[in-house]
Amino acid sequence: MSKFRKRVIGTTLPSILLASSLLATPALADKLGIGRAALPEEVAAWDHDVRPDGLGLPEGSGDVLTGEELFSESCAVCHGEFAEGVDNWPELAGGLGTLDREDPVKTVGSFWPFLSTTWDYVHRSMPYGNAQSLSDDEVYAILAYILYSNDLVDDDFVLSKASFAEVELPNAGGFILDDRDSTELPVFIREPCMTDCKATVEITAHATVLDVTPNDTTDDGAAVAEVAEAVADATGDAPAPEAAAAEAAPEAVEPAVAAPVETAAADPELVAAGEKVFKKCAACHKVGDGAKNAVGPALNGIVGRPAGTVEGFKYSKPMLDAGAGGLVWTHDELSGYLADPKGYMPKNKMSFAGLKKDSDLEAVIAYLSTFGQ
Amino acid sequence: MTDEPEITKAPQIATTRRGFLGAGVAAGGALLGAGAARAAGPDPLITEVQPWAQGLGDGVDASPYGLPIRFEGDVVRRNVEWLTADTISSINFTPIHALDGTITPQGCGFERHHSGAIELSKDDYRLMINGLVDTPLVFTYADLERFPRETRTYFLECAANTGMEWAGSQLNGAQFTHGMIHNMEYTGVPLRLLLEEAGVKTEGKWVLAEGADASSNGRSIPLEKAMDDCLVAFKANGEALRKEHGYPVRLCVPGWEGNMWVKWLRRIEVGDQPWEQREETSKYTDTLADGTSRKWTWVMDAKSVVTSPSPQMPIKHGPGPLVITGLAWSGRGSITRVDVTVDGGKTWMPARLAAPGQDMAVSRFYFDHVWDGSEMLVQSRAIDSTGYVQPTKTELRDFRGLNSIYHNNCIQTWWVKANGEAENVEVS
Repeated sequence: MSKFRKRVIGTTLPSILLASSLLATPALADKLGIGRAALPEEVAAWDHDVRPDGLGLPEGSGDVLTGEELFSESCAVCHGEFAEGVDNWPELAGGLGTLDREDPVKTVGSFWPFLSTTWDYVHRSMPYGNAQSLSDDEVYAILAYILYSNDLVDDDFVLSKASFAEVELPNAGGFILDDRDSTELPVFIREPCMTDCKATVEITAHATVLDVTPNDTTDDGAAVAEVAEAVADATGDAPAPEAAAAEAAPEAVEPAVAAPVETAAADPELVAAGEKVFKKCAACHKVGDGAKNAVGPALNGIVGRPAGTVEGFKYSKPMLDAGAGGLVWTHDELSGYLADPKGYMPKNKMSFAGLKKDSDLEAVIAYLSTFGQ
Repeated sequence: MTDEPEITKAPQIATTRRGFLGAGVAAGGALLGAGAARAAGPDPLITEVQPWAQGLGDGVDASPYGLPIRFEGDVVRRNVEWLTADTISSINFTPIHALDGTITPQGCGFERHHSGAIELSKDDYRLMINGLVDTPLVFTYADLERFPRETRTYFLECAANTGMEWAGSQLNGAQFTHGMIHNMEYTGVPLRLLLEEAGVKTEGKWVLAEGADASSNGRSIPLEKAMDDCLVAFKANGEALRKEHGYPVRLCVPGWEGNMWVKWLRRIEVGDQPWEQREETSKYTDTLADGTSRKWTWVMDAKSVVTSPSPQMPIKHGPGPLVITGLAWSGRGSITRVDVTVDGGKTWMPARLAAPGQDMAVSRFYFDHVWDGSEMLVQSRAIDSTGYVQPTKTELRDFRGLNSIYHNNCIQTWWVKANGEAENVEVS
């Protein structure tokens, strides 16, 4: 005790500080001199936001046809070949005139107010799982295609920094500023009723009729479908029924003769390294117990498996053709594919740049080989 | 407000007795049985020596960082699979039905990611301030620790909380209807101090907050708010932020919708206009019945919900004393009062607040009821320091229609049946 007391006494704190324990954070008279100046190239590397007035838009251009090809390669796996959306993934086209109806369809064409938002988002955050991989020209081209798929431009349209300002999206005027202060607050700031507030009370709706709560053993798919349609976009990603999502995949190819699994001798260090490498893949591919298809097929048992045969996954035509032609994911084939997915198999769905290091390839294949069927 | 805020430590016996007798008259003999339980025989848990009273428990290092005991294994975040395309760009729900008090443990506070929860170390962390400032700056994590610090408790509610309930009762459980909320004690640096360090130019009117993950989740925030109470936080509930809550640094925007609380915060840009990014145009805007949409609906209106009894928390003890409890919060200030009804809103009674309300933080309320065993329509109604009274769903629909998705702060009804089970319903 005495030791502590001595220390407190020894620290001659100004009494004002001791007395006012709930003072606000001090307003500093001078700067603290913490941190360092950001270099211009650092600001340039991180600051690529684009505003509706065009501030931040880089030089560049792209046309609809180039955009269509890029969209098919990099975007269609989730958003559909015609930007109509696959499963629960957002649709980007259509929906004009639906905003005042039940279940509005909110797309770039029907809802987004500014094209700059689309440029900014595609450039910064897409494709999903491989963000910031598109060049400026590619972003212009993809946007040109999205505009085309919304019937807003013709197929010879070229989007560029110069033509950008000419594009006005249909719903640009569809927004008002938050007006709750003038519309709702005058009604909701009030003296609450305590007694005899209403004469009768009837139940008018039941959650159990819809029956979509997780962990409820009586869930049924039909009800889910109905509700998901009614729900609209609760969390920002267009929901659609699970029931409708499944069952769409063609059974495609009869598995050829299963090839012997190459076990890669399962060097634990290599497997551990592969687990780290796999993080680049995990956004789209699941492995392990209960792994399901996601953006890409589940990969349990992939080493030694005929190509294009994971049940329930909707493969590209080139992948299905390759499987039908006898391609089996041996160590060497996987290695070739993962080093350069688009070069190895043009037009396949995987939007991944590839693993450049041999050591990463070896590691990730060793890791994948630890997952059986 | 004519009624004083009800903040007491425990129910007064006289009040309870009066309620008890009144209910007893209505329910006849049923109450007597419940109140005078008799053991059929000696309880072996008492009369026999139990293994935990004889042997030894775990040593001190059995779990260097402890998790809840296995008996609480069902008190976890849950996902609603059909809502989103996959779990990486998705949301789950805080198990509010099973918690008490006001602080949400980080490990069960709901998650919302747009490109997954990333792993970013303190060593690799950089925060840039740029745009309309005198000197664009870069801070490391260690730099942030040298600024004067604040510790404050705030709720974070996703704008889509209760969003699935606009068109009708849908999800059967407080976790799913109201679980996109958590309430934590944050420690960090006021954003104002970082902006002042860079020197905001007079043309600066807005800031853009951006995350380090692939989604970036950019949001425009008026400079006035940024200079007021926004916090660049690195601790929650005393410990480092969990990965899923934005380790090592997230932004707190008190009282405003959760999407603005950018996680893995990497950049603050000062500008003279808003940026109109994806998360503030195509999402997090509220579409009205006529098809126009409200934007910049940042403030979260006052709201409350009874967490127990509720569909996941049925009454198992039969008639007699019953604790009705729940949560209330407001983005405009503090909770001053919460009322509870058991008859669907004909008659309301003030509940007790566990502590005086704090600005932009969750309040816990208790209503000590004596249940007569008949069915109830249980609701709660929050009142905040501006005098705002939480509206009914019908009142909200009159202003906003059915397609709003976001900002549903309506009064919630649980239909508690005579067997103690509860269901999410709407009432007239």
